[in-house]
Amino acid sequence: MTSVIGSRYDQLIHRDRVHGSLYTDPSIFAEELEKIWYRTWVFVGHESEVSQPNDYVRKKLGPQDVIMTRDREGQIHLLLNRCAHRGNQVCDDAKGNSGTFRCPYHGWTFRNNGELIGFPFFKGYGERKLDLAMGRVPRVDSYGGFVFGSFAADGPSLIEHLGDAAGEIDRLTRLSPEGRVELTAGWLQHTSRANWKLLAENETDGYHPQFVHGSIFGVTGSTIGPLYSDSSTAVTRDLGNGHSENDLRPEFRKFAEPMRWFGTTESRVPDYVAAIRAKHGADAERILIEGGPHVMIFPNLFIAEIQVFNIQPVSASECVQYSTAVQLAGAPELNRRMVSQCVGSVGPAGMLLADDTEMYERNQQGLAALTPEWLDVRRGIHRETFDEKGHPVGSATDETGMRGFWSHYKNLMETP
Amino acid sequence: MTTTLSDELISVPEGFDRDEVEQFLYREARFADESDYDAWEALWTDDALYWVPAGGADIDPARQMSIIYDNRSRISTRLKQLRTGRRYAQAPQSHLRRLIANIEFLGGRVNAAGGVDLELGANFLALESRARGNELWGGRVTYRLRRDGAELRLAYKKVVLVDNEKPIPTMGFLI
Repeated sequence: MTSVIGSRYDQLIHRDRVHGSLYTDPSIFAEELEKIWYRTWVFVGHESEVSQPNDYVRKKLGPQDVIMTRDREGQIHLLLNRCAHRGNQVCDDAKGNSGTFRCPYHGWTFRNNGELIGFPFFKGYGERKLDLAMGRVPRVDSYGGFVFGSFAADGPSLIEHLGDAAGEIDRLTRLSPEGRVELTAGWLQHTSRANWKLLAENETDGYHPQFVHGSIFGVTGSTIGPLYSDSSTAVTRDLGNGHSENDLRPEFRKFAEPMRWFGTTESRVPDYVAAIRAKHGADAERILIEGGPHVMIFPNLFIAEIQVFNIQPVSASECVQYSTAVQLAGAPELNRRMVSQCVGSVGPAGMLLADDTEMYERNQQGLAALTPEWLDVRRGIHRETFDEKGHPVGSATDETGMRGFWSHYKNLMETP
Repeated sequence: MTTTLSDELISVPEGFDRDEVEQFLYREARFADESDYDAWEALWTDDALYWVPAGGADIDPARQMSIIYDNRSRISTRLKQLRTGRRYAQAPQSHLRRLIANIEFLGGRVNAAGGVDLELGANFLALESRARGNELWGGRVTYRLRRDGAELRLAYKKVVLVDNEKPIPTMGFLI
């Protein structure tokens, strides 16, 4: 399987640099679909989007159209939006509530678990039952309500895939007085004419904010900028399996002000703070000071404190970033603020994300120039340390997260 | 705060000349097209609302994600960011030209001060040119105009993009 000169990806991915063709080559993109998007666990949506029996919502898993359904027993399915007869799309609405999907072409009807339950004029088939069904994503699992799908019938479990990133989802859910996150505010859909990996790498790149977002930090007097300064005590952590985080807790602990992570003070959200104190007792102050995670979960889920992003690829040079506000069950005081802050920040006109997207697109354009061939990811290698769990840790502005991403990417791409 | 304002449109208020109103809308469009941030900002009332919903036309902006939902303060922030010259999504600025058509006087809308704003509907098409290509934007605009002495002011602008239920590229300019 291995040759003495090393695999293709051994040649393209080094610890301190990655080759530009990884972002532009259509054959690499095709291989990514096969070995990443159609194999590993991919974030698709959230259980709260199909909260009632027979709710459904259309989603993407890579370039494929999937329907996330909740059947009448409450189980969640990911069905491929394609009729088992001639391949027509069976679901046209973005979301709704229905126990069945009826293909408009020849009237074939499927239950919301994918089972074929009827087709007109059955004599033409000589029988009333056919061994056909809608395509299903074979493995569906969720963590903290976040629903993931894997096209591989076998492989690591979701909890194995998440590894220590699961704890970051826990940090988000514990911000809810009821211990439950809801993603019910709808998703902005932002096209990026750039390779999906530029987004995934950027999500925990603590080097860019002062530059790309300097315009908005300066205008609003935001406290975000210093979190990613050269003197920040925040760290970048490679959580393993391609996941990474900007751990901002050291900075928030330094100030030790409840709700500073949310850019506010406890006097402005007294009901919320009281609810967290009532629920968590001695642990409450730490939770209120440390706030939410800033974690990129490989390959496509990014949780940035109060907002959630879902990256889905379209081609080697295009992807869509979906974004929504976190909503915390039992925290109405926070939820409206989170929608408002999130609307100001993310999406096609967002005062943060539109500038990130501009960088992705210019980056993709830049890669059309073929020299110097490599993108450099060495920042912070010389000062990287390991935490008590053995995870590599860099400074706030180091490229530790990117190196973790590429290491896992290489493993997946080299797996036959 | 509870509002006692009715959701119902009342009849078209007096004192709005069609020609004056159209000239105002064309001016607003030109200021936006030419990224004349100061002139554009000066058109707005203090209780302004600039809204571009996502995922439909009639979402609840307090609970659902919008592409833009700016009160007067956030309009100011948005424009300040643009004026830095480092709002990269709009630096360099887009080249833009838009058409407004099908302008209808829809009725009157009672405002918080007890006056009556003129509510207008119109369709628009905007061609945006950027380094990475051209983009055609289109949709329905609802405006509310307020009489302020000899001037008209913009109290409300809601832009419902025809493709707001689909992925759209960066929209860094003033729509």
